Amino acid sequence: MNLEDRVLAALDTVYDPELDEPITALGFIGACTVSPRGEVAVRLRLPTPQCAPNFAYLMAADARAAVLSVAQVTRVSIVLEDHYTGAEINAALARGGDFAEAFPGETEGSLDALRELFQRKALVARQARVCQALLGAGVTPDAIAALRVADLAPGPDATRCVELRGELGLPQGADDAALVAGDGSPLSAEDLPTWLRRARLVSLSLETNGGLCRSLLHVRYGCPDQQEVAA
Amino acid sequence: MYEKDGEQYFVFDSHLHFWDASPANWVKGQEEYAKGWIECFHAYMGLGPAETHWTLEHFQKYSVEDFGSDVFEKGHVDQAVFQSTYLKDWYTEGFNDIEHNAALLDEFSGKLRVNGRWDPRDGEAGLQQLEADHAKYGIQGVKLYTAEWKGASRGWKLTDPEAVPFLEKCVELGIKNIHVHKGPTIWPLDKDAFDVSDIDHVATDFQELNFIVEHVGLPRIEDFCFMATQEPNVYAGLAVVVGGLMHARPRFFAKVMGELLFWVGEDKMLFGSDYAIWEPKWQVEGLVDWDYPAGDEFSDYPRWTTAAKKKVLGLNAAKLYAVDVPHELRLPSENGTPGARDDAQLVEGAT
Repeated sequence: MNLEDRVLAALDTVYDPELDEPITALGFIGACTVSPRGEVAVRLRLPTPQCAPNFAYLMAADARAAVLSVAQVTRVSIVLEDHYTGAEINAALARGGDFAEAFPGETEGSLDALRELFQRKALVARQARVCQALLGAGVTPDAIAALRVADLAPGPDATRCVELRGELGLPQGADDAALVAGDGSPLSAEDLPTWLRRARLVSLSLETNGGLCRSLLHVRYGCPDQQEVAA
Repeated sequence: MYEKDGEQYFVFDSHLHFWDASPANWVKGQEEYAKGWIECFHAYMGLGPAETHWTLEHFQKYSVEDFGSDVFEKGHVDQAVFQSTYLKDWYTEGFNDIEHNAALLDEFSGKLRVNGRWDPRDGEAGLQQLEADHAKYGIQGVKLYTAEWKGASRGWKLTDPEAVPFLEKCVELGIKNIHVHKGPTIWPLDKDAFDVSDIDHVATDFQELNFIVEHVGLPRIEDFCFMATQEPNVYAGLAVVVGGLMHARPRFFAKVMGELLFWVGEDKMLFGSDYAIWEPKWQVEGLVDWDYPAGDEFSDYPRWTTAAKKKVLGLNAAKLYAVDVPHELRLPSENGTPGARDDAQLVEGAT
Protein backbone atom coordinates (compact mmCIF):
# COMPACT_ATOMS: atom_id res chain seq x y z
CA MET A 1 0.00 0.00 0.00
CA ASN A 2 1.19 3.52 -0.70
CA LEU A 3 1.28 6.07 2.09
CA GLU A 4 -2.04 7.65 1.21
CA ASP A 5 -3.81 4.29 1.35
CA ARG A 6 -2.21 3.52 4.68
CA VAL A 7 -3.32 6.86 6.07
CA LEU A 8 -6.88 6.20 4.91
CA ALA A 9 -6.74 2.71 6.41
CA ALA A 10 -5.67 4.27 9.71
CA LEU A 11 -8.62 6.66 9.56
CA ASP A 12 -10.91 3.65 9.01
CA THR A 13 -10.05 2.58 12.56
CA VAL A 14 -11.31 5.86 14.04
CA TYR A 15 -14.86 5.52 15.31
CA ASP A 16 -17.45 8.14 16.05
CA PRO A 17 -17.70 7.28 19.76
CA GLU A 18 -21.39 8.15 19.89
CA LEU A 19 -22.45 6.15 16.83
CA ASP A 20 -19.82 3.39 16.92
CA GLU A 21 -19.19 3.68 13.21
CA PRO A 22 -15.93 4.60 11.42
CA ILE A 23 -15.70 8.29 10.60
CA THR A 24 -14.77 7.35 7.05
CA ALA A 25 -18.00 5.39 6.53
CA LEU A 26 -19.99 8.28 8.00
CA GLY A 27 -18.54 10.68 5.44
CA PHE A 28 -16.89 12.87 8.09
CA ILE A 29 -13.56 13.11 6.24
CA GLY A 30 -14.01 16.17 4.05
CA ALA A 31 -10.48 15.94 2.65
CA CYS A 32 -7.25 14.08 3.29
CA THR A 33 -4.04 15.10 1.55
CA VAL A 34 -0.61 13.52 1.88
CA SER A 35 2.51 15.34 0.70
CA PRO A 36 5.57 13.51 -0.69
CA ARG A 37 7.36 14.40 2.54
CA GLY A 38 4.78 12.57 4.65
CA GLU A 39 2.84 15.62 5.82
CA VAL A 40 -0.83 14.73 6.26
CA ALA A 41 -3.68 17.23 6.36
CA VAL A 42 -7.13 15.98 7.30
CA ARG A 43 -10.28 18.08 7.28
CA LEU A 44 -13.13 16.80 9.41
CA ARG A 45 -16.71 17.89 8.74
CA LEU A 46 -19.74 17.12 10.88
CA PRO A 47 -23.50 17.03 10.22
CA THR A 48 -24.27 20.28 12.07
CA PRO A 49 -22.26 23.28 13.30
CA GLN A 50 -23.49 22.43 16.81
CA CYS A 51 -22.57 18.76 17.07
CA ALA A 52 -21.42 18.01 20.62
CA PRO A 53 -17.89 19.41 21.14
CA ASN A 54 -16.91 16.47 23.33
CA PHE A 55 -17.49 13.86 20.62
CA ALA A 56 -16.08 16.19 17.98
CA TYR A 57 -12.90 16.54 19.99
CA LEU A 58 -12.57 12.77 20.52
CA MET A 59 -12.87 12.08 16.81
CA ALA A 60 -10.35 14.75 15.93
CA ALA A 61 -7.88 13.60 18.60
CA ASP A 62 -8.32 9.94 17.68
CA ALA A 63 -7.81 10.76 14.00
CA ARG A 64 -4.60 12.59 14.88
CA ALA A 65 -3.28 9.66 16.92
CA ALA A 66 -4.24 7.13 14.24
CA VAL A 67 -2.50 9.03 11.44
CA LEU A 68 0.59 9.72 13.56
CA SER A 69 0.97 5.97 14.11
CA VAL A 70 1.42 5.36 10.37
CA ALA A 71 5.04 4.78 9.36
CA GLN A 72 6.59 7.55 7.21
CA VAL A 73 4.08 10.15 8.39
CA THR A 74 6.11 13.14 9.49
CA ARG A 75 3.47 15.67 10.44
CA VAL A 76 -0.30 15.68 10.95
CA SER A 77 -2.73 18.54 10.85
CA ILE A 78 -6.34 17.84 11.78
CA VAL A 79 -8.82 20.65 11.19
CA LEU A 80 -12.44 20.53 12.28
CA GLU A 81 -14.41 22.59 9.75
CA ASP A 82 -17.53 24.73 10.17
CA HIS A 83 -18.07 24.04 13.85
CA TYR A 84 -19.01 26.50 16.59
CA THR A 85 -16.11 25.35 18.77
CA GLY A 86 -13.81 24.60 15.84
CA ALA A 87 -11.36 27.37 16.74
CA GLU A 88 -10.88 26.10 20.30
CA ILE A 89 -10.63 22.44 19.29
CA ASN A 90 -8.24 23.10 16.40
CA ALA A 91 -5.98 25.25 18.55
CA ALA A 92 -5.82 22.61 21.28
CA LEU A 93 -5.09 19.85 18.76
CA ALA A 94 -2.34 21.87 17.11
CA ARG A 95 -0.70 22.36 20.51
CA GLY A 96 -1.15 18.67 21.30
CA GLY A 97 -3.40 19.71 24.19
CA ASP A 98 -6.31 17.80 25.65
CA PHE A 99 -10.01 18.59 25.82
CA ALA A 100 -9.85 20.34 29.17
CA GLU A 101 -7.24 22.68 27.75
CA ALA A 102 -9.43 23.45 24.76
CA PHE A 103 -12.21 24.67 27.06
CA PRO A 104 -10.64 26.02 30.23
CA GLY A 105 -13.06 25.99 33.15
CA GLU A 106 -15.82 24.25 31.22
CA THR A 107 -14.97 20.65 31.93
CA GLU A 108 -14.52 18.54 34.99
CA GLY A 109 -11.80 16.24 33.86
CA SER A 110 -11.12 14.01 30.90
CA LEU A 111 -13.52 12.48 28.42
CA ASP A 112 -12.74 8.92 29.56
CA ALA A 113 -16.05 8.43 31.39
CA LEU A 114 -18.01 9.68 28.41
CA ARG A 115 -16.12 7.41 26.04
CA GLU A 116 -16.68 4.42 28.29
CA LEU A 117 -20.41 5.13 28.60
CA PHE A 118 -20.73 4.97 24.83
CA GLN A 119 -18.45 1.95 24.46
CA ARG A 120 -20.89 0.15 26.75
CA LYS A 121 -23.86 1.22 24.67
CA ALA A 122 -22.02 0.18 21.52
CA LEU A 123 -21.26 -3.27 22.92
CA VAL A 124 -24.91 -3.80 23.85
CA ALA A 125 -26.00 -2.65 20.39
CA ARG A 126 -23.50 -4.88 18.55
CA GLN A 127 -24.39 -7.89 20.69
CA ALA A 128 -28.08 -7.28 19.98
CA ARG A 129 -27.39 -7.54 16.26
CA VAL A 130 -25.30 -10.69 16.73
CA CYS A 131 -28.02 -12.26 18.89
CA GLN A 132 -30.80 -11.25 16.50
CA ALA A 133 -28.95 -12.82 13.59
CA LEU A 134 -28.44 -16.07 15.52
CA LEU A 135 -32.10 -16.27 16.50
CA GLY A 136 -33.04 -15.51 12.90
CA ALA A 137 -30.87 -18.43 11.79
CA GLY A 138 -32.83 -20.71 14.12
CA VAL A 139 -30.31 -20.99 16.96
CA THR A 140 -32.12 -21.56 20.26
CA PRO A 141 -31.61 -19.30 23.32
CA ASP A 142 -29.98 -22.23 25.17
CA ALA A 143 -27.51 -22.75 22.34
CA ILE A 144 -26.79 -19.00 22.13
CA ALA A 145 -26.06 -18.83 25.86
CA ALA A 146 -23.59 -21.70 25.44
CA LEU A 147 -21.68 -20.03 22.58
CA ARG A 148 -18.05 -18.97 23.08
CA VAL A 149 -16.30 -16.03 21.42
CA ALA A 150 -14.53 -18.49 19.11
CA ASP A 151 -17.89 -19.86 17.92
CA LEU A 152 -19.09 -16.54 16.47
CA ALA A 153 -19.18 -16.31 12.71
CA PRO A 154 -16.68 -13.68 11.58
CA GLY A 155 -18.25 -10.35 10.72
CA PRO A 156 -18.03 -6.67 11.55
CA ASP A 157 -20.32 -6.92 14.58
CA ALA A 158 -18.56 -9.93 16.11
CA THR A 159 -15.12 -8.43 15.51
CA ARG A 160 -16.12 -5.10 16.97
CA CYS A 161 -17.68 -6.80 20.03
CA VAL A 162 -14.32 -8.34 20.86
CA GLU A 163 -12.54 -5.00 20.33
CA LEU A 164 -14.98 -3.19 22.57
CA ARG A 165 -14.71 -5.84 25.28
CA GLY A 166 -10.95 -5.40 25.18
CA GLU A 167 -11.27 -1.62 25.48
CA LEU A 168 -13.70 -2.00 28.39
CA GLY A 169 -11.51 -4.53 30.18
CA LEU A 170 -14.11 -7.28 29.87
CA PRO A 171 -13.10 -10.90 29.22
CA GLN A 172 -12.68 -11.45 25.47
CA GLY A 173 -10.75 -14.69 25.08
CA ALA A 174 -11.77 -17.41 22.63
CA ASP A 175 -13.27 -19.49 25.47
CA ASP A 176 -15.20 -16.65 27.08
CA ALA A 177 -18.97 -16.38 26.64
CA ALA A 178 -20.00 -14.93 23.28
CA LEU A 179 -22.61 -12.60 24.79
CA VAL A 180 -22.06 -10.82 28.10
CA ALA A 181 -23.90 -8.45 30.41
CA GLY A 182 -22.46 -5.04 31.24
CA ASP A 183 -20.28 -6.45 34.02
CA GLY A 184 -18.82 -9.15 31.76
CA SER A 185 -20.85 -12.02 33.21
CA PRO A 186 -22.36 -14.45 30.67
CA LEU A 187 -25.99 -13.96 29.62
CA SER A 188 -28.18 -16.92 30.52
CA ALA A 189 -30.86 -18.37 28.25
CA GLU A 190 -33.52 -17.16 30.71
CA ASP A 191 -32.18 -13.61 30.68
CA LEU A 192 -31.89 -13.49 26.92
CA PRO A 193 -35.41 -12.38 25.84
CA THR A 194 -35.58 -9.47 28.32
CA TRP A 195 -32.01 -8.48 27.63
CA LEU A 196 -32.62 -8.58 23.88
CA ARG A 197 -35.77 -6.43 24.11
CA ARG A 198 -33.74 -3.67 25.74
CA ALA A 199 -30.60 -4.26 23.70
CA ARG A 200 -32.54 -3.96 20.44
CA LEU A 201 -33.65 -0.49 21.48
CA VAL A 202 -30.07 0.56 22.26
CA SER A 203 -29.09 -0.70 18.83
CA LEU A 204 -31.95 1.18 17.16
CA SER A 205 -31.06 4.35 19.04
CA LEU A 206 -27.49 4.30 17.74
CA GLU A 207 -28.57 3.41 14.22
CA THR A 208 -31.26 6.10 14.13
CA ASN A 209 -28.81 8.67 15.38
CA GLY A 210 -26.42 7.59 12.63
CA GLY A 211 -29.24 7.87 10.09
CA LEU A 212 -30.06 11.41 11.18
CA CYS A 213 -26.38 12.35 11.04
CA ARG A 214 -26.10 11.00 7.49
CA SER A 215 -29.24 12.84 6.40
CA LEU A 216 -28.03 16.12 7.91
CA LEU A 217 -24.55 15.72 6.42
CA HIS A 218 -26.22 15.18 3.05
CA VAL A 219 -28.31 18.34 3.48
CA ARG A 220 -25.29 20.33 4.65
CA TYR A 221 -22.67 19.31 2.13
CA GLY A 222 -24.68 17.84 -0.70
CA CYS A 223 -22.60 14.68 -0.57
CA PRO A 224 -24.26 11.40 -1.50
CA ASP A 225 -26.70 10.24 1.17
CA GLN A 226 -25.04 7.01 2.22
CA GLN A 227 -27.61 4.54 3.41
CA GLU A 228 -26.93 2.84 6.69
CA VAL A 229 -25.79 -0.76 6.73
CA ALA A 230 -28.28 -1.83 9.37
CA ALA A 231 -32.08 -1.36 9.38
CA MET B 1 -59.70 18.61 12.13
CA TYR B 2 -58.46 16.17 9.55
CA GLU B 3 -60.77 13.72 7.85
CA LYS B 4 -59.63 10.65 5.97
CA ASP B 5 -61.52 7.54 4.93
CA GLY B 6 -64.55 8.49 7.00
CA GLU B 7 -62.56 8.99 10.21
CA GLN B 8 -62.22 12.41 11.82
CA TYR B 9 -59.10 13.36 13.75
CA PHE B 10 -58.84 16.15 16.30
CA VAL B 11 -55.35 17.63 15.93
CA PHE B 12 -53.50 19.26 18.81
CA ASP B 13 -50.04 20.50 17.88
CA SER B 14 -48.13 20.40 21.15
CA HIS B 15 -44.97 21.94 19.82
CA LEU B 16 -44.70 24.85 17.45
CA HIS B 17 -43.02 28.22 17.19
CA PHE B 18 -43.40 31.71 15.81
CA TRP B 19 -39.85 32.97 15.73
CA ASP B 20 -37.83 35.87 14.45
CA ALA B 21 -34.31 34.78 13.61
CA SER B 22 -33.70 37.44 10.97
CA PRO B 23 -30.35 39.29 11.06
CA ALA B 24 -32.06 42.42 12.46
CA ASN B 25 -32.70 40.41 15.67
CA TRP B 26 -29.14 39.11 16.11
CA VAL B 27 -27.26 40.31 19.19
CA LYS B 28 -24.13 42.29 18.32
CA GLY B 29 -21.06 40.15 18.84
CA GLN B 30 -23.15 36.93 18.90
CA GLU B 31 -24.01 36.87 15.21
CA GLU B 32 -22.10 33.66 14.65
CA TYR B 33 -24.27 31.79 17.16
CA ALA B 34 -27.56 33.39 16.08
CA LYS B 35 -26.79 32.58 12.45
CA GLY B 36 -25.54 29.08 13.26
CA TRP B 37 -28.64 28.25 15.29
CA ILE B 38 -31.16 29.13 12.60
CA GLU B 39 -29.09 27.57 9.84
CA CYS B 40 -28.93 24.38 11.87
CA PHE B 41 -32.75 24.41 12.16
CA HIS B 42 -33.02 25.10 8.45
CA ALA B 43 -30.90 22.04 7.70
CA TYR B 44 -33.41 19.95 9.66
CA MET B 45 -36.16 21.24 7.37
CA GLY B 46 -34.20 19.49 4.62
CA LEU B 47 -35.24 16.16 6.12
CA GLY B 48 -38.86 16.77 5.10
CA PRO B 49 -40.29 16.31 1.57
CA ALA B 50 -38.64 18.63 -0.99
CA GLU B 51 -41.90 20.38 -1.85
CA THR B 52 -42.19 21.59 1.76
CA HIS B 53 -38.76 23.27 1.93
CA TRP B 54 -38.50 27.05 2.38
CA THR B 55 -35.74 29.48 1.50
CA LEU B 56 -33.47 30.42 4.40
CA GLU B 57 -34.71 34.01 4.23
CA HIS B 58 -38.35 32.95 4.62
CA PHE B 59 -37.35 30.50 7.34
CA GLN B 60 -35.60 33.21 9.35
CA LYS B 61 -38.76 35.29 9.57
CA TYR B 62 -42.29 34.37 8.47
CA SER B 63 -45.50 36.35 8.83
CA VAL B 64 -48.59 35.94 11.00
CA GLU B 65 -50.48 35.15 7.78
CA ASP B 66 -48.01 32.38 6.91
CA PHE B 67 -48.43 30.94 10.38
CA GLY B 68 -52.24 30.93 10.24
CA SER B 69 -52.27 29.43 6.78
CA ASP B 70 -49.61 26.77 7.35
CA VAL B 71 -50.94 25.66 10.72
CA PHE B 72 -54.70 26.18 10.91
CA GLU B 73 -55.84 26.40 7.29
CA LYS B 74 -53.64 23.94 5.41
CA GLY B 75 -52.16 22.15 8.41
CA HIS B 76 -55.38 20.61 9.85
CA VAL B 77 -54.46 21.83 13.36
CA ASP B 78 -57.42 22.50 15.72
CA GLN B 79 -55.49 23.56 18.79
CA ALA B 80 -51.88 24.44 19.33
CA VAL B 81 -49.53 25.54 22.05
CA PHE B 82 -46.59 27.85 21.54
CA GLN B 83 -43.41 26.79 23.24
CA SER B 84 -41.52 29.92 24.12
CA THR B 85 -37.81 29.90 23.40
CA TYR B 86 -35.91 32.91 24.65
CA LEU B 87 -32.23 32.57 23.65
CA LYS B 88 -31.78 36.24 24.47
CA ASP B 89 -28.00 35.88 24.53
CA TRP B 90 -28.22 35.48 20.77
CA TYR B 91 -31.48 37.16 19.71
CA THR B 92 -32.14 40.75 20.85
CA GLU B 93 -35.92 40.37 21.18
CA GLY B 94 -35.67 36.67 21.96
CA PHE B 95 -36.03 33.80 19.49
CA ASN B 96 -39.74 33.59 20.35
CA ASP B 97 -40.45 34.86 23.82
CA ILE B 98 -43.81 34.81 25.55
CA GLU B 99 -44.75 38.40 24.66
CA HIS B 100 -43.92 37.87 21.01
CA ASN B 101 -45.96 34.66 21.02
CA ALA B 102 -48.84 36.13 23.02
CA ALA B 103 -49.29 38.86 20.41
CA LEU B 104 -50.81 36.15 18.21
CA LEU B 105 -53.30 34.87 20.78
CA ASP B 106 -56.00 37.39 19.84
CA GLU B 107 -55.49 36.75 16.14
CA PHE B 108 -56.14 33.03 16.63
CA SER B 109 -58.41 33.25 19.65
CA GLY B 110 -59.65 29.92 20.97
CA LYS B 111 -57.15 27.90 18.93
CA LEU B 112 -53.87 28.94 20.38
CA ARG B 113 -52.33 29.05 23.82
CA VAL B 114 -48.89 29.96 24.96
CA ASN B 115 -46.50 28.28 27.34
CA GLY B 116 -44.02 30.16 29.45
CA ARG B 117 -40.56 29.30 30.65
CA TRP B 118 -38.35 29.57 33.65
CA ASP B 119 -34.69 29.21 34.37
CA PRO B 120 -33.47 28.38 37.87
CA ARG B 121 -30.46 30.63 37.32
CA ASP B 122 -32.82 33.64 37.42
CA GLY B 123 -33.56 33.02 41.11
CA GLU B 124 -36.18 35.13 42.88
CA ALA B 125 -36.72 37.43 39.92
CA GLY B 126 -37.47 34.37 37.79
CA LEU B 127 -40.09 33.14 40.26
CA GLN B 128 -41.78 36.54 40.21
CA GLN B 129 -41.72 36.56 36.42
CA LEU B 130 -43.30 33.11 36.35
CA GLU B 131 -46.11 34.34 38.62
CA ALA B 132 -46.58 37.40 36.45
CA ASP B 133 -46.68 35.32 33.24
CA HIS B 134 -49.21 33.02 34.83
CA ALA B 135 -51.40 35.91 35.95
CA LYS B 136 -51.19 37.64 32.58
CA TYR B 137 -51.43 34.70 30.15
CA GLY B 138 -52.95 31.91 32.23
CA ILE B 139 -50.15 29.58 31.18
CA GLN B 140 -50.75 25.85 31.67
CA GLY B 141 -47.24 24.80 30.82
CA VAL B 142 -43.64 25.81 30.38
CA LYS B 143 -40.90 24.90 27.97
CA LEU B 144 -37.53 24.40 29.56
CA TYR B 145 -34.22 24.47 27.74
CA THR B 146 -31.77 22.92 30.13
CA ALA B 147 -29.01 23.51 27.62
CA GLU B 148 -29.59 27.24 27.26
CA TRP B 149 -26.51 29.35 27.80
CA LYS B 150 -26.54 32.13 30.37
CA GLY B 151 -23.38 34.13 30.88
CA ALA B 152 -20.64 31.69 31.76
CA SER B 153 -23.10 28.84 32.39
CA ARG B 154 -23.72 26.44 29.53
CA GLY B 155 -26.82 24.85 31.01
CA TRP B 156 -28.45 23.33 34.08
CA LYS B 157 -30.29 20.25 35.35
CA LEU B 158 -33.79 19.77 36.75
CA THR B 159 -32.21 18.20 39.81
CA ASP B 160 -30.24 21.36 40.65
CA PRO B 161 -31.42 22.62 44.07
CA GLU B 162 -32.19 25.98 42.46
CA ALA B 163 -34.85 24.29 40.28
CA VAL B 164 -36.94 23.04 43.21
CA PRO B 165 -38.66 26.37 44.05
CA PHE B 166 -39.66 26.69 40.41
CA LEU B 167 -41.18 23.22 40.27
CA GLU B 168 -42.98 23.95 43.56
CA LYS B 169 -44.27 27.21 42.10
CA CYS B 170 -45.64 25.31 39.10
CA VAL B 171 -47.50 22.95 41.41
CA GLU B 172 -48.86 25.90 43.41
CA LEU B 173 -50.07 27.77 40.32
CA GLY B 174 -51.38 24.70 38.53
CA ILE B 175 -48.87 24.96 35.67
CA LYS B 176 -48.98 21.25 35.05
CA ASN B 177 -47.19 20.65 31.79
CA ILE B 178 -43.42 20.79 31.92
CA HIS B 179 -42.01 20.43 28.41
CA VAL B 180 -38.30 19.74 28.52
CA HIS B 181 -35.94 20.08 25.62
CA LYS B 182 -32.74 18.14 25.84
CA GLY B 183 -30.05 19.49 23.60
CA PRO B 184 -26.33 19.83 23.17
CA THR B 185 -23.82 22.03 24.98
CA ILE B 186 -24.98 21.47 28.54
CA TRP B 187 -22.25 22.36 31.01
CA PRO B 188 -19.85 20.82 31.72
CA LEU B 189 -18.94 19.89 28.20
CA ASP B 190 -17.33 16.59 29.10
CA LYS B 191 -20.68 15.04 30.08
CA ASP B 192 -23.31 13.75 27.69
CA ALA B 193 -25.68 16.63 27.02
CA PHE B 194 -28.76 14.53 26.32
CA ASP B 195 -28.87 12.79 29.67
CA VAL B 196 -32.53 12.47 30.78
CA SER B 197 -31.82 11.09 34.25
CA ASP B 198 -32.71 14.42 35.89
CA ILE B 199 -36.26 14.03 34.56
CA ASP B 200 -36.46 10.60 36.15
CA HIS B 201 -35.84 12.16 39.56
CA VAL B 202 -38.19 15.11 39.34
CA ALA B 203 -41.00 13.06 37.79
CA THR B 204 -40.96 10.91 40.92
CA ASP B 205 -40.70 13.91 43.26
CA PHE B 206 -43.41 15.97 41.50
CA GLN B 207 -46.16 13.57 40.58
CA GLU B 208 -48.68 16.40 40.21
CA LEU B 209 -46.78 17.57 37.15
CA ASN B 210 -46.57 16.10 33.66
CA PHE B 211 -43.14 15.96 32.09
CA ILE B 212 -43.16 15.98 28.31
CA VAL B 213 -39.76 15.07 26.94
CA GLU B 214 -39.52 16.85 23.62
CA HIS B 215 -37.99 14.92 20.76
CA VAL B 216 -38.30 11.76 22.94
CA GLY B 217 -34.76 12.27 24.11
CA LEU B 218 -33.38 11.81 20.57
CA PRO B 219 -30.65 10.79 20.05
CA ARG B 220 -30.89 8.80 23.29
CA ILE B 221 -34.26 7.10 22.75
CA GLU B 222 -33.24 4.12 24.84
CA ASP B 223 -32.52 6.15 27.97
CA PHE B 224 -35.80 8.00 27.53
CA CYS B 225 -37.87 4.82 26.99
CA PHE B 226 -36.35 2.95 29.93
CA MET B 227 -37.12 5.95 32.12
CA ALA B 228 -40.57 6.80 30.75
CA THR B 229 -41.82 3.24 31.09
CA GLN B 230 -41.36 3.56 34.86
CA GLU B 231 -42.84 7.03 35.30
CA PRO B 232 -46.60 7.45 34.75
CA ASN B 233 -46.27 11.22 34.40
CA VAL B 234 -43.63 11.23 31.66
CA TYR B 235 -44.80 11.79 28.08
CA ALA B 236 -43.13 11.50 24.69
CA GLY B 237 -43.20 14.65 22.56
CA LEU B 238 -42.99 13.48 18.96
CA ALA B 239 -41.64 16.69 17.44
CA VAL B 240 -38.59 15.81 15.29
CA VAL B 241 -39.47 12.10 15.38
CA VAL B 242 -42.14 12.63 12.75
CA GLY B 243 -40.58 15.59 10.95
CA GLY B 244 -37.03 14.28 10.99
CA LEU B 245 -37.55 10.60 10.33
CA MET B 246 -40.91 9.81 8.70
CA HIS B 247 -39.83 11.05 5.27
CA ALA B 248 -36.01 10.89 5.47
CA ARG B 249 -35.55 7.56 7.26
CA PRO B 250 -38.82 5.62 6.97
CA ARG B 251 -37.51 2.30 8.28
CA PHE B 252 -35.99 3.90 11.34
CA PHE B 253 -39.19 5.87 11.81
CA ALA B 254 -41.17 2.62 11.82
CA LYS B 255 -38.92 1.06 14.43
CA VAL B 256 -38.84 4.17 16.61
CA MET B 257 -42.64 4.39 16.51
CA GLY B 258 -42.86 0.69 17.33
CA GLU B 259 -40.52 1.03 20.28
CA LEU B 260 -42.32 4.13 21.59
CA LEU B 261 -45.67 2.36 21.33
CA PHE B 262 -44.16 -0.60 23.18
CA TRP B 263 -42.30 1.21 25.98
CA VAL B 264 -44.23 4.44 26.39
CA GLY B 265 -47.61 3.54 24.90
CA GLU B 266 -50.21 5.28 22.76
CA ASP B 267 -51.70 7.10 25.77
CA LYS B 268 -48.51 9.02 26.46
CA MET B 269 -47.34 10.12 23.01
CA LEU B 270 -48.06 13.66 21.79
CA PHE B 271 -47.93 14.94 18.23
CA GLY B 272 -45.87 18.07 17.70
CA SER B 273 -44.94 19.49 14.31
CA ASP B 274 -42.06 21.69 15.49
CA TYR B 275 -43.32 24.26 12.98
CA ALA B 276 -41.64 26.19 11.36
CA ILE B 277 -38.96 23.54 11.09
CA TRP B 278 -41.61 21.42 9.39
CA GLU B 279 -45.18 22.23 8.33
CA PRO B 280 -47.89 20.22 10.10
CA LYS B 281 -49.79 19.32 6.91
CA TRP B 282 -47.58 16.54 5.59
CA GLN B 283 -46.90 15.25 9.09
CA VAL B 284 -50.59 14.93 10.06
CA GLU B 285 -51.53 13.37 6.74
CA GLY B 286 -48.51 11.09 6.84
CA LEU B 287 -49.23 9.86 10.36
CA VAL B 288 -52.82 8.98 9.47
CA ASP B 289 -51.67 7.12 6.34
CA TRP B 290 -48.70 5.50 8.04
CA ASP B 291 -48.37 1.84 8.95
CA TYR B 292 -45.43 -0.48 9.49
CA PRO B 293 -43.64 -1.70 6.36
CA ALA B 294 -43.99 -5.39 5.60
CA GLY B 295 -41.50 -7.59 7.38
CA ASP B 296 -41.06 -9.79 10.43
CA GLU B 297 -38.88 -7.23 12.16
CA PHE B 298 -41.96 -5.06 12.76
CA SER B 299 -44.37 -7.83 13.72
CA ASP B 300 -44.03 -7.69 17.50
CA TYR B 301 -44.64 -3.95 17.84
CA PRO B 302 -48.06 -2.69 19.03
CA ARG B 303 -50.33 -1.85 16.10
CA TRP B 304 -50.96 1.70 14.91
CA THR B 305 -54.73 1.60 15.18
CA THR B 306 -57.25 4.32 14.40
CA ALA B 307 -57.69 4.82 18.14
CA ALA B 308 -53.93 5.19 18.61
CA LYS B 309 -53.79 7.75 15.79
CA LYS B 310 -56.59 9.79 17.35
CA LYS B 311 -54.96 9.77 20.76
CA VAL B 312 -51.49 10.67 19.56
CA LEU B 313 -52.61 13.31 17.06
CA GLY B 314 -54.75 15.19 19.55
CA LEU B 315 -56.74 13.52 22.28
CA ASN B 316 -53.80 12.92 24.64
CA ALA B 317 -52.64 16.53 24.53
CA ALA B 318 -56.23 17.76 24.80
CA LYS B 319 -56.42 15.99 28.15
CA LEU B 320 -53.19 17.55 29.41
CA TYR B 321 -54.40 21.02 28.41
CA ALA B 322 -58.05 20.45 29.45
CA VAL B 323 -59.38 21.15 25.97
CA ASP B 324 -63.02 20.28 25.41
CA VAL B 325 -62.92 18.09 22.32
CA PRO B 326 -66.13 18.11 20.21
CA HIS B 327 -68.11 15.00 20.98
CA GLU B 328 -67.92 13.56 17.49
CA LEU B 329 -64.11 13.74 17.54
CA ARG B 330 -63.69 11.76 20.74
CA LEU B 331 -63.18 8.04 20.82
CA PRO B 332 -66.39 6.01 20.75
CA SER B 333 -65.96 5.07 24.41
CA GLU B 334 -63.70 7.61 26.09
CA ASN B 335 -64.04 5.95 29.45
CA GLY B 336 -64.27 2.39 28.26
CA THR B 337 -61.89 0.33 26.22
CA PRO B 338 -60.51 2.60 23.54
CA GLY B 339 -58.90 -0.13 21.51
CA ALA B 340 -61.96 -2.37 21.33
CA ARG B 341 -63.25 -1.18 18.01
CA ASP B 342 -59.95 -1.51 16.25
CA ASP B 343 -59.28 -4.89 17.75
CA ALA B 344 -62.60 -5.98 16.25
CA GLN B 345 -61.51 -4.69 12.85
CA LEU B 346 -58.21 -6.47 13.14
CA VAL B 347 -59.93 -9.76 13.88
CA GLU B 348 -62.21 -9.28 10.88
CA GLY B 349 -59.24 -8.43 8.70
CA ALA B 350 -57.44 -11.56 9.79
CA THR B 351 -60.21 -13.93 8.77
